[in-house]
Amino acid sequence: MKKDSFKYFKRSLWAFHINSGSCNACDIEILAALTPRYDAERFGIKLVGTPRHADVLVITGTMTEKIKDKVIRVFNQVPDPKLVMVVGSCGISKGVFQESYAMAGPVDAHIPVDVYVPGCPPRPEAIIYGVARAWEKLEMLEKGNAAS
Amino acid sequence: MSNKETYKLQIGPTHPAFKEPVRFEFEVDGEHVLHADIDMGYTHRGIEHVSKERNFIQIIYLLERICGICSTSHPMAYCLAVENAAEIEVPARAKYIRTIVGELERLHSHLLWAGVAAHEVGFDTLFYTTWDIREKVMDCLEVISGNRVNYAMLTIGGVRRDIIGEVAEAVNKTVEYYSDLYSQLEDIMLNDMSLRLRTENVGILTYDEALKLCAVGPTARASGLAKDVRADYAVNAYPDIPWLKAITPNDVGKKPVGDIYDRIVVRVLEIKQSVDIIRFCMENMPGGEIVAEPKAVKVINQLKKVKAHGIGRYEGPRGEVSHYDILDNNECPVGVKVKAPTYSNIISWVPMFRGAEIADIPIIMSSIDPCIACSDRASFVEGEGKKTVSFGELRKLSMEKMNKIRRGL
Repeated sequence: MKKDSFKYFKRSLWAFHINSGSCNACDIEILAALTPRYDAERFGIKLVGTPRHADVLVITGTMTEKIKDKVIRVFNQVPDPKLVMVVGSCGISKGVFQESYAMAGPVDAHIPVDVYVPGCPPRPEAIIYGVARAWEKLEMLEKGNAAS
Repeated sequence: MSNKETYKLQIGPTHPAFKEPVRFEFEVDGEHVLHADIDMGYTHRGIEHVSKERNFIQIIYLLERICGICSTSHPMAYCLAVENAAEIEVPARAKYIRTIVGELERLHSHLLWAGVAAHEVGFDTLFYTTWDIREKVMDCLEVISGNRVNYAMLTIGGVRRDIIGEVAEAVNKTVEYYSDLYSQLEDIMLNDMSLRLRTENVGILTYDEALKLCAVGPTARASGLAKDVRADYAVNAYPDIPWLKAITPNDVGKKPVGDIYDRIVVRVLEIKQSVDIIRFCMENMPGGEIVAEPKAVKVINQLKKVKAHGIGRYEGPRGEVSHYDILDNNECPVGVKVKAPTYSNIISWVPMFRGAEIADIPIIMSSIDPCIACSDRASFVEGEGKKTVSFGELRKLSMEKMNKIRRGL
């Protein structure tokens, strides 16, 4: 992260996490990022209980056929300006499940994605870093300067 | 019960507290649940289909991703199945290393469960405490395998990494850390009055129901059903451990009721059991090779010549994991059948929910440890004339009940 990134940190950022067919690995690492060892809440990053409160939609998992509509519906419930962050390799590129018939494809084939956090699963540090990058972009969007 | 018309309460499907985002439909009369119905399949990823197109070694890493929490149990059962079919002998040292990794995984999984269960009843201090404690075992697994979650430790005929030198020291330190901490953990989990009031006589699964519904793992053991694959069909280093047995609430001198408190008792005792097993393995680990055949190509060629089928059974943190593999002179298996423990336990939710209060739904849900990934985040419900309640509201209800109990103390 650039040193001057911290000028963007003006308010708390609330994230909503949705599981689109994940194996739990990314989900437990997201939770680990919130618990005392990593403690993302000290930066004001918080998981919220409803998409209508969220700034960032954190998606884990591969986007299975059965859950596709539900994920799109949750995406539409998040108020603008919003960002989408995909955590884990399988949401980015279908990862290890390439040939599967049950996949609706990578997440960005269905909804626009702003931040990708690769890894199977990514470490909690990587997830916090991804949220921080989303934060920068969100501040830019709010300034009306979406060029990034 | 009144004669009032009941209504349907739906929860899910995007409910991230489960391995599979599950949709529940509860028939509710006032505050009480009359009946529960379960709809599954949202995380169906077609793994059994994909595994028919991969070779035997590639499948290990695919099966590791069935579940991110029991990421050793599934490859373990698969390797045991293939070794069973092809009659491959695993070196003794590899058996011990497999046991150590499996028990470390059980340790982290039970601590994870304790935290999530505490979160579901609104006891967040305990949630943060257990997850903080859990980071130590994650560190240990990272030292052993280089990764926090998917360890990639197993291969057909052995393991991929040895536990020697600094790594062995790290494992010993972890064992010491948890045995020092255990009495404190036991005191919080078993004697906290507010936690007992929330969990005792809630979500009961009787002995007969557990037997009839084929419950497995800690869910079955809490109902007094002493079944544990580690003791009954012992593999790896388990046959060498003379004192190993299935843990039931009888071990603390308590008659099993099959409620949530009993499930906590079983899991807390299993934390101690796991620590003891790891210590036993570290002390008695034999020397020698760690894998029967280190070259993957040779292993695949050897398996190509086999026409047989094999079964692998392993006790994962949630219960029995069993794999059935069919080998048919091919570099890919022609059939891979996976049975995860949650699949057996999911139906035991139905008797548990009967008569429960709505505020107890979250803790009953998580009490069987349904491969919990995360805590409650989402809920939305569709359909006409059906009542919509978000999971956030449910959790609020749950927390209110906890506060009421605390005030009443």
